[in-house]
Amino acid sequence: DGSDDNEEGSAAENEETAKGTDKGKKRATPRTRRAPARGRDRHGDEEDEDDEDGKRRTGHRRHRSRRRGRAAGNEASDSDMEPAKARKNQANQKSKEDDEEEEDEKGGKSGKGKSEKKGDKKSDKKGKKEKANKKKKDKKKSGSGSDSESEEEPITEEELAKLKEEVEEKKKLIATLRNKPWKMKKKLSVLKEAQLFVEKFEGALGKGKGKKFYAYKVMMTKKWMKFQRDFENFKTACIPWEMKIKEIESHFGSSVASYFIFLRWMYGINMILFGLTFGLVMVPEALMGKPYGSLPRKTVPRAEEATAMNFATLWDFSGFAQYSVLFYGYYNNQRTIGWLKFRMPLSYFLVGVGSIGYSFMIVTRTMAKNANDDGGGDDTSFNFSWKMFTSWDYLIGNPETADNKFASITTSFKEAIVEEQESRKEENIHLTRFLRVLANFLALCTLAGSGYLIFFVVRRSQQFALEGLENYGWWERNEVNTVMSLLGMFCPTLFDVISSLENYHPRIALRWQLGRIFALFLGNLYTFIIALMDEINLKARYFLPFTLEEEKIVKYNMTIWEASLYNGTIPENSTAPPIQVDPADVPRGPCWETMVGQEFVRLTVSDMMTTYITILIGDFLRAVFVRFFNYCWCWDLEYGFPSYSEFDISGNVLGLIFNQGMIWMGSFYAPCLPAINVFRLHTSMYLQCWAVMCCNVPQERVFKASRSNNFYMAMLLFILFLSTLPAVYTIVSIPPSFDCGPFSGKTRMFEVISETLEHDFPSWFGKVFGYASNPGLILPFILLMVLSIYYLNATSKSYKEANLELKKKLQ
Amino acid sequence: MGNKQTIFTQEQLDAYQDCTFFTRKEILRLFHRYRDLAPQLVPLDYSAKPAVTLPYQLIGSMPELKDNPFRQRIAEVFSEHGDGNMTLDDFLDMFSVLSEMAPRDLKAYYAFKIYDFNNDDYICKSDLEKTVNKLTRNELTPEEVSLVCEKVIYEADVDNDGKLSLADFQHMIVRAPDFL
Repeated sequence: DGSDDNEEGSAAENEETAKGTDKGKKRATPRTRRAPARGRDRHGDEEDEDDEDGKRRTGHRRHRSRRRGRAAGNEASDSDMEPAKARKNQANQKSKEDDEEEEDEKGGKSGKGKSEKKGDKKSDKKGKKEKANKKKKDKKKSGSGSDSESEEEPITEEELAKLKEEVEEKKKLIATLRNKPWKMKKKLSVLKEAQLFVEKFEGALGKGKGKKFYAYKVMMTKKWMKFQRDFENFKTACIPWEMKIKEIESHFGSSVASYFIFLRWMYGINMILFGLTFGLVMVPEALMGKPYGSLPRKTVPRAEEATAMNFATLWDFSGFAQYSVLFYGYYNNQRTIGWLKFRMPLSYFLVGVGSIGYSFMIVTRTMAKNANDDGGGDDTSFNFSWKMFTSWDYLIGNPETADNKFASITTSFKEAIVEEQESRKEENIHLTRFLRVLANFLALCTLAGSGYLIFFVVRRSQQFALEGLENYGWWERNEVNTVMSLLGMFCPTLFDVISSLENYHPRIALRWQLGRIFALFLGNLYTFIIALMDEINLKARYFLPFTLEEEKIVKYNMTIWEASLYNGTIPENSTAPPIQVDPADVPRGPCWETMVGQEFVRLTVSDMMTTYITILIGDFLRAVFVRFFNYCWCWDLEYGFPSYSEFDISGNVLGLIFNQGMIWMGSFYAPCLPAINVFRLHTSMYLQCWAVMCCNVPQERVFKASRSNNFYMAMLLFILFLSTLPAVYTIVSIPPSFDCGPFSGKTRMFEVISETLEHDFPSWFGKVFGYASNPGLILPFILLMVLSIYYLNATSKSYKEANLELKKKLQ
Repeated sequence: MGNKQTIFTQEQLDAYQDCTFFTRKEILRLFHRYRDLAPQLVPLDYSAKPAVTLPYQLIGSMPELKDNPFRQRIAEVFSEHGDGNMTLDDFLDMFSVLSEMAPRDLKAYYAFKIYDFNNDDYICKSDLEKTVNKLTRNELTPEEVSLVCEKVIYEADVDNDGKLSLADFQHMIVRAPDFL
């Protein structure tokens, strides 16, 4: 421990600069001689206490000095330095003496050469300490030269207290040295001083026990911080497509990026829905249900067998695709299947209801979370300043990322400038109002026109259907679909043109645009549903009134047919042998659920195709045309008419929302829908990201998306509500087909619940449920919920007001 | 044990650990990064505290700083004589302040110095204009730049002297959620 000795020795030395004398001479001893010895000694200590993350040196040193102190009693060696704990004054004196002896012995300090400077500086800085030091030096002086402990004047209490204070100050200084805004040189010298001082006097004061623990705590904090940072990095790396979206955000602004963030969120929801339907419905049926071909409902009818494998049929989702786990009709109504006794119908029902419930829950939860973020306060008091001083990310080390960052900063400034300009704009109120009224009128006209057009076309298609579809070509057969798609393509552009009359802030203009397109699509959807219902009714007109009749007829036919089979063969035993009839030949009952499911799947697929083709043609080919034909065209294509397209936020968002509505509506009848949608969203993400970066230009007025996206969420919630209505209606009111699906044979689909309650739960459960579903209990419950909603609303309003008040006060 | 390096004396390493936010390993790594910039200039033995200074061009070519629009200012602020040439001490100092473990007020102090292009202890309009242009690589029009600078002064200048003093700056930056 020669090093510490030297340290302390030098401290003593420094304290005694006034003394000078032979110490000074010894000071001159070259440092380098010391170094190796010290290094080695240090090592010895280090392995005991040091850990690679570097405990606080001071603590370390203190500990060592203490240890040495303890050993002091035993060792008589000169290299012993002994700040013993309890021996206050005497020890102090003694240590100083020994320091001096040490000095004499080893010939002066080295290594911490700076300590000399530090000592000087220190005494310069702390005048108070100077005096105390002087006092000590005097005492030392008096004590020096004597080898044995002699009677020393005890340091008075007052001085001791002062000393303690100073030592504490020094310790604090050392601990916070890295926080000081000084140059390194200065820091190093201050450090030496402070360290020497504390080393010297601390033993006398008997402190320092907690240092090791403190150092350990600090190390743990550091490790924890590092762990947290790594975990955050890992978490961010796990988020899919984060880099893509950041890139888009930096080039196109936060509003375009908000669409992609929305898309990613939808993808997450669809993954969960897919997991539910796949894992709990499709897989059990595939693994444990009766295989293909064993039951009539699971087999392609003989008549269709020839074309069952054609690509055209499969693309249309009939043939083999229809008679598989993908659709409702395949499932058997056995109560339990397989050795696990998996209750298939119950699972089907619960998954259907559960996915809707889950969707509601997550949309509402996201809305609530966004509302929190919004209500938390839009602190715009230092908007521009923060943009200027905190937007650059000093951690960027990659030129591409830097490019993106520059673009994003520029975009962000532009956004803020737009906001600023908007707020400074002055308006001619009357003209604006008139224009806005005119614009709304035009929009209404467009909507009415489109509604009528769809109605007209649907009527025509019903006529065609009545007359038989074979007489008409492709156009007539697909008239409804094509007209709807065309309307969906051109009306939004029309709305866009109309909105230029209105002169709103871009964000508000976007909302109006979204609202109008929403109304348009809603109208389309509504007419589509009417068409579907009409089709069902059309067919139902032929068989619903006859449902019971038809059922009877079909069953009768089947028994006759079976009987004929029996008659045809000679029964071997008295027990009727199982007739080996190929299920493909069995006559089938109608299966409207599968039909509905098919319609939805076809719609989704065609929607997907339309979107992709629109992107390829509308954006990509247009960009290629503009880029390459610009050389040989009369006017400048890039600035003039076609130019590059901008990313159509509203159209895409609404497309996404309506697509999701389709999924929600149809997934009860076609469990494969979420899977198809997951695939669609996945490819759509990549395709659109590429298309945006490649073919689009940023909007002229780049504006900041509202932080929350609550507008999209509200629309999504509305659509969710609308799309669950048909499914709920069918579950509750329409009897399921008798010949296909997991609920065949029941009068209503929800009876599967009561059946389960009977069979699988103890009897008292059923009784409790019966009581609970009593209207007398349900109505008060509803009333209670309404009251609590009202109460919570009132409280939240009052909180918001209180919030605003406080904010005002702060300013 | 574990102290196999011969670059620094133990005291030096300890002192560096006390004066910066770095651990022993990190300090050694930083030394090697410093040395890699100019192996022929930087000796392997620092125990004698050689006075070696690396010119700004070498510092500015480090991958961490290369893309930073403010690298020149950063080097100037942390260098000994304000010219951008840094010794190892300055180098360590710079990275210590820029590291994640440095507290905000320390960073705020140095940030102020970095953004103060003319070193007059105030961030005036011309400093702000230079900052904006560096941030956007001159993509904004002069009117936009001017608008931005006016807004900044309007927002942050508390003592109404038309420029930002250290106190103004600190008052504003300490509330920023993104200041890291």
